[in-house]
Amino acid sequence: MIHPMVPEVRRIKRVYRENHNTVTLAVEAAEAAGPACLPGQFNMLYAFGVGEVPISLSGDPAEPGVQHHTIRDVGAVTRALTRLKRGDSVGVRGPFGSAWPIASCRGRDVVLIAGGIGIAPLRPAIYALLRERERYGEIALLYGARAREDLLFGEEMELWRGKYGVQARVTVDSAKWDWKGNVGVVTALLPRVRFDPAHAVAMICGPEVMMRFSVLELKNLGMEDRNIHVTLERNMKCAVGFCGHCQYGPTFICKDGPVFSFDRVRSIFGVREL
Amino acid sequence: MKTLEPILEEHPFFRNLEKCHLELVVGCAANVRFEAGQFIFREGEPADQFYLIRQGKVAIEISPPQGEPIIMQTLSEGEILGWSWLVPPYHWQFDAKAVELTRAITLDGKCLRKKCQEDHSLGYELLSRLVPIIGKSMEAARLQLLDVYGVKPRAS
Amino acid sequence: MNQKLTLPPDGLERLFEVLKERGFTVVGPTVREGAIVYDRLASPADLPRGITDEQDGGVYRLKPRADGALFGYVVGPQSWKRFLDPPVKRLWRAERDGADFKIVPEEPDQETFAFLGVRSCEIHAMAIQDRVFTGGEHKDPGYEARRRSAFIIAVQCTVAGGTCFCVSMNTGPRSESGFDIALTEIVDAERHLFVVEAGSPRGREILAALDTRPAEADEMAEAEKRIAKAAAQMGRTLDTEGVHDLLMQNPEHPRWGEVAGRCLSCANCTMVCPTCFCSTVEDVTDISGDHAERWQKQDSCFTMDFSYLHGGSVRASTRSRYRQWLTHKLATWIDQFGESGCTGCGRCITWCPVAIDLTEEVAAIRANPPAGAESIKKGKP
Repeated sequence: MIHPMVPEVRRIKRVYRENHNTVTLAVEAAEAAGPACLPGQFNMLYAFGVGEVPISLSGDPAEPGVQHHTIRDVGAVTRALTRLKRGDSVGVRGPFGSAWPIASCRGRDVVLIAGGIGIAPLRPAIYALLRERERYGEIALLYGARAREDLLFGEEMELWRGKYGVQARVTVDSAKWDWKGNVGVVTALLPRVRFDPAHAVAMICGPEVMMRFSVLELKNLGMEDRNIHVTLERNMKCAVGFCGHCQYGPTFICKDGPVFSFDRVRSIFGVREL
Repeated sequence: MKTLEPILEEHPFFRNLEKCHLELVVGCAANVRFEAGQFIFREGEPADQFYLIRQGKVAIEISPPQGEPIIMQTLSEGEILGWSWLVPPYHWQFDAKAVELTRAITLDGKCLRKKCQEDHSLGYELLSRLVPIIGKSMEAARLQLLDVYGVKPRAS
Repeated sequence: MNQKLTLPPDGLERLFEVLKERGFTVVGPTVREGAIVYDRLASPADLPRGITDEQDGGVYRLKPRADGALFGYVVGPQSWKRFLDPPVKRLWRAERDGADFKIVPEEPDQETFAFLGVRSCEIHAMAIQDRVFTGGEHKDPGYEARRRSAFIIAVQCTVAGGTCFCVSMNTGPRSESGFDIALTEIVDAERHLFVVEAGSPRGREILAALDTRPAEADEMAEAEKRIAKAAAQMGRTLDTEGVHDLLMQNPEHPRWGEVAGRCLSCANCTMVCPTCFCSTVEDVTDISGDHAERWQKQDSCFTMDFSYLHGGSVRASTRSRYRQWLTHKLATWIDQFGESGCTGCGRCITWCPVAIDLTEEVAAIRANPPAGAESIKKGKP
């Protein structure tokens, strides 16, 4: 038996430069065919000699033979990863973790709220929903970012809007005079999209503060806790439940998360320094 | 004669306002339209209007001492613009600029203040609707201040 | 039915021989630098003869005892986890190969251990760690191999320490299972012997190779009496009734702030705890940059780095770190693994430099629900 903390070495098939500090690495999958992952799951990526970090899968889960990882350069390991080129090797373990509740969205409206790099773990859910677009009601995507230059997946968002009727709305925290889009917090977009809170599923991914006020607004609109799904993040070393770092109250984010239905974490969600 | 009453009644801000109050307010109302790029008001000017946005998008801008103006917030259809008409000394604190063609109902601030003074129940009704919006807007500003999406360098 | 046998103290010599013949490295208690530690033993002569330990909050002291007992003390600062889950281990090496690199997993260690002198609380600790490393979807093969091959010789406690509370945690003092052989030491003016029993086929096989005789009724009775005496001697108690909900409902109890004023955040409690399993990883590279290694190292939730995320620590205050440790140990562990993470061994109390005592902390939270807690729960103003 191989130790689950030993990575596999895989080749980078393609690198997409997304913006000034973010790239997407398309890495060959362990198996050439079959689903690469469930939407919401993550891999541990190892940059030779530097270290290993958890990175959410950001590609189409149904695309065979490849796994996409959208990485923002924020530290030593992510910097090394964002500098890799096509044909380079990377260590991969995974996929790990829980998935977005795509099946429970059937026949219902779907609200996706993304903050910053949080759009990346939500993208596989969007792909999965759009693959069978007719199964779902309204789909609203609310995306908040720091500024225009930090936005990701702009062209795709146009496609989702145009071809699939996704109510995609983008807002930034501040902008220069020439920005024609929205400025303000992401929840300010909620009144500007159509969905039925009584028959909707919400998926939220972003910084904890942003998720806190998003959950609050959704509940004000009448959504039930069990229909709201959030992703949580903690320091993570092993991804297999051995290292203890990613504990969040009674849960291990690596195996019980990163996606949680809000009713599961409600009692601890607001506790500080947990 | 056609009045603005039905339009006022439709706007989320005045939804379910009592008829008698609506009749008082409509006397202060007028239709306005701003072209893309047009300033609706500028910082420091007397604040004597209250806008209900019907269509379009308005940017709230602040101009730092050096550099270009920064957009802090945008407002769209169904939202309101400006409450400085309610707060002495009734001067605008920011610039407001139409980002795209914007249609709105404007209510005369002096007129509103006078009617609220005369009819406290109208005044209470208006404030009950305004204060949550002001509160939300302040919460939002605080959250934006947190820069939650920013990249923080590792503390050494 | 398991027949109880009697083994004279010199029978331990033979036990060592038999174990070594079968390829086991015997590990057991021995005195080093004023403490009883677990280490590789050459013979029973390495055991701490005629020694006992005095333990209390922040106090550990070895003392002589006149009767020449070999197991007349309780647990020291170490636990068997240092052998089953070594605190520092290499996971793999990586070597650059042109533009590529390859990863070479660490070969498993072949050493098989016979643990001599395992206490009941420690057998429970092993079972608790089993759930962490082998009870889930992912298994640690090194741990699993070491654990499966380890031969466990339990010693029934006939004396309890000043910080012991295994009776409260329902983990002792008697080992009921989880051992291959269990010994109860009887030592007084007339005799020095062990009442022994096998707990597994392997244990029976080893016992058969020793010079034993069937235990006399009075010997068995004496053994029981001594275990019962230890049970009655517990230095601490912990009321476990509803402790999960008590801690989960009190994350903002003022007591956390109070204990944080004393806690040095030194991590001693996590290092001595036989169930604490947290680890971190370290990457090392040689100067050529062509060889890299990944090491796994024991870690503690009391360090700032433990919860580091995006530019800061989630648990920046000592208050939150102590709360995390205690709440995990006694409450969320139950959610995660179906049982408490505490065995009542008392090590965290003894080895805390400022004598913080978890039994006292739990009692304090239980005794003083924060003002208004009841009315908040009932929705009254």
